[in-house]
Amino acid sequence: MDWINVILQGVLVGGLYAMFAAGLSLIFGVMRLVNIAHGDLIVLAAYIALVTTQTLGIGPLTSLLVVVPVMAVIGYALQWFVLNRTLGDDLLPPLLVTFGLSVIIQNGLLTLFTADSVKLQAGDIEVATIHLAQGVYVGVLPLLQFVVAVAVIAGLQFIFYRTALGRAFRATADDPAVAQLMGLDNRHVFALAMALSLAVVAIAGVFLAVRANFDPSQGPARLIFGFEAVIIGGLGSLWGTLAGGLVLGVAQAIGAHLDPGWQILAGHIAFLVVLAVRPQGLFPKVRT
Amino acid sequence: MPDRPDETAAPLLAVRDLDAFYGDIQALFGVSMDVGHGEAVAVIGANGAGKSALLKSIAGLLRARPDAIAFDGAPIGGMPAYAVAGRGIALVPEGRGLFASLSVEENLLIGGQLNRPGPWNLRRIYELFPVLADRRALPSTSLSGGQQQMAALGRALMSNPKLLLCDEISLGLAPIVVRDIYARLPAILSEGISIVLVEQDVVQAQKAARRVYCLQEGRVALSGAAKDLTREQIAAAYFGV
Repeated sequence: MDWINVILQGVLVGGLYAMFAAGLSLIFGVMRLVNIAHGDLIVLAAYIALVTTQTLGIGPLTSLLVVVPVMAVIGYALQWFVLNRTLGDDLLPPLLVTFGLSVIIQNGLLTLFTADSVKLQAGDIEVATIHLAQGVYVGVLPLLQFVVAVAVIAGLQFIFYRTALGRAFRATADDPAVAQLMGLDNRHVFALAMALSLAVVAIAGVFLAVRANFDPSQGPARLIFGFEAVIIGGLGSLWGTLAGGLVLGVAQAIGAHLDPGWQILAGHIAFLVVLAVRPQGLFPKVRT
Repeated sequence: MPDRPDETAAPLLAVRDLDAFYGDIQALFGVSMDVGHGEAVAVIGANGAGKSALLKSIAGLLRARPDAIAFDGAPIGGMPAYAVAGRGIALVPEGRGLFASLSVEENLLIGGQLNRPGPWNLRRIYELFPVLADRRALPSTSLSGGQQQMAALGRALMSNPKLLLCDEISLGLAPIVVRDIYARLPAILSEGISIVLVEQDVVQAQKAARRVYCLQEGRVALSGAAKDLTREQIAAAYFGV
C-alpha cells in the first residue's frame, strides 16, 4: 500500500511539472526560443498571487482570475517590446536576454519581498483527503492540481489543433516568411504565444505557491524540472509533456521514499536514463 | 511606351525604377513594370535575372523605396508583407511553401484567414482543383508536386487577392501537370484578378500572358505584347547575346 501511495503522489506532482513544461514547450515550438526565465516567471506568478490574495482578501484559487490575465498581458508585452527584437537566425541572443531577465526577476523579487519563504494559504482544502481504498489516500489539492494540469494540456492541444489561432501558431513555426504572406504579423503571433505560455505559467505558479513554501531563488530549479519533463516526453508533443512530467514526478517520489535526500537526484537520474536510452523522448513529434 | 496596357485607367500595379537587394548584393536595377486590371503579365529571364526578387519586392519580403511600387494608386514599397497581403496581393512562393504541419484544408484556410470578401472560398477552390477535395484531411506533405502547386495556388486565392503573383509554378513539374495547372488560369482571370507569372518556360509564358517582360541581370531587357515578340528578340534579351 505504501508504494501505491508513493506512486500516486508522484503522479499528482507530475501534473505540476507538466504545467511547468507546457509553457516552455509551447514557446520553443512556435518560435525556437529557449526561455531561461521561465522558472522565475513561475515564481513571479506566485508572488503576484500572494499580493492579490492579500490585498483583495480572496483565496488562491479565486486569485487565478486575476493572476492569469495579468501574466498573459506581461507575456504579450515582454514578447512585443523585448523578445521579438532578439529573434533571428541566431539562437544565442534570445538565450542571453532571457538569462538576463531571469537575474532581473530574481533580484527584483528579492528586493520587494526579501528572501524569507512564504506560502499561499488555501484553507481547509489543503488538508482534505479522499480515501480511495484500504490504506490509499489522495489529497484533494494535489488531485485538483492534477486535474487542472490535464485540463490545461487538453486545452492547449485543442487550441493548437482545432482553432485558427493554433493554425497560425503552427504555420508561423513552419515558415515565418510564408506565414507573413498569409497576412500574419509574426510579431503579434509570437506575442500571443508568449501570452498563452505565461497564462499557463500563472496557473502553475499559483499551485506551486499553495503546495509548498517559495522564495525568489526557486525559479531555476522549476526551469530544470520543466526542461526535463519536455525532454523526457519528447519535443513538440503536448501529451508527451504530460507523460514527461509524470515520469519525473514518480521518479522523485520513489527517490524521496527511499531516502528523503534522493528526491531531486532520482528525478535527474530518470531524465539521464531517458536521454541515454531514448534521446528523442517518449513521444517525439513525427516530422516529415 | 508601346507596351502600355490599353486600359485608359491607371494600372493596378505600377513598379517604377525599383532597386532591390539581397543583403549587399543588388538584384534589381531600376526596374519598371505595369500590370493592368484583370491582365496577365509574364516575367521571364534566366536564373538569377531578378525575377523572384521582383515578386518578393512587390509582396513586401524585400525592402523597397515607398514610391517604387504603387498598388491601386497607393504607395506600398517597403510595407511589411502581412500588410501587403491585407491590401490584396497574394504570392505563390517559389517551391510552393506549403505549411508542412498543416493539412491540405488547413493550408487553404490559413490563406483565407484575412477574411477579404470575394468570389473565392473553400467550395470554389475544391471545384477548381477537385483532387484537393479528396485529400483535404491529409498532411500537405503527402501531396504530389503538382497537387502541392494546386494547393499553393488555392491558398493564395483564398485571400481573394486583386493581384496574384506566381513564382515559377512549373518548376520541377512534369509538362502534362504544368499544362493542367495553366489550363485553370483563365478561370482565375475571369474573376477579374490580375496575374503576374514568373516563368522560365518562355513558350508557356507567351501563351498564358498578354504581355511579357524579360529580365536580364536585374534590368528589363525587353518588354512587349506576348504575341508580337519573336523568338530571336526573346533569345537576345534572355541571354544578352
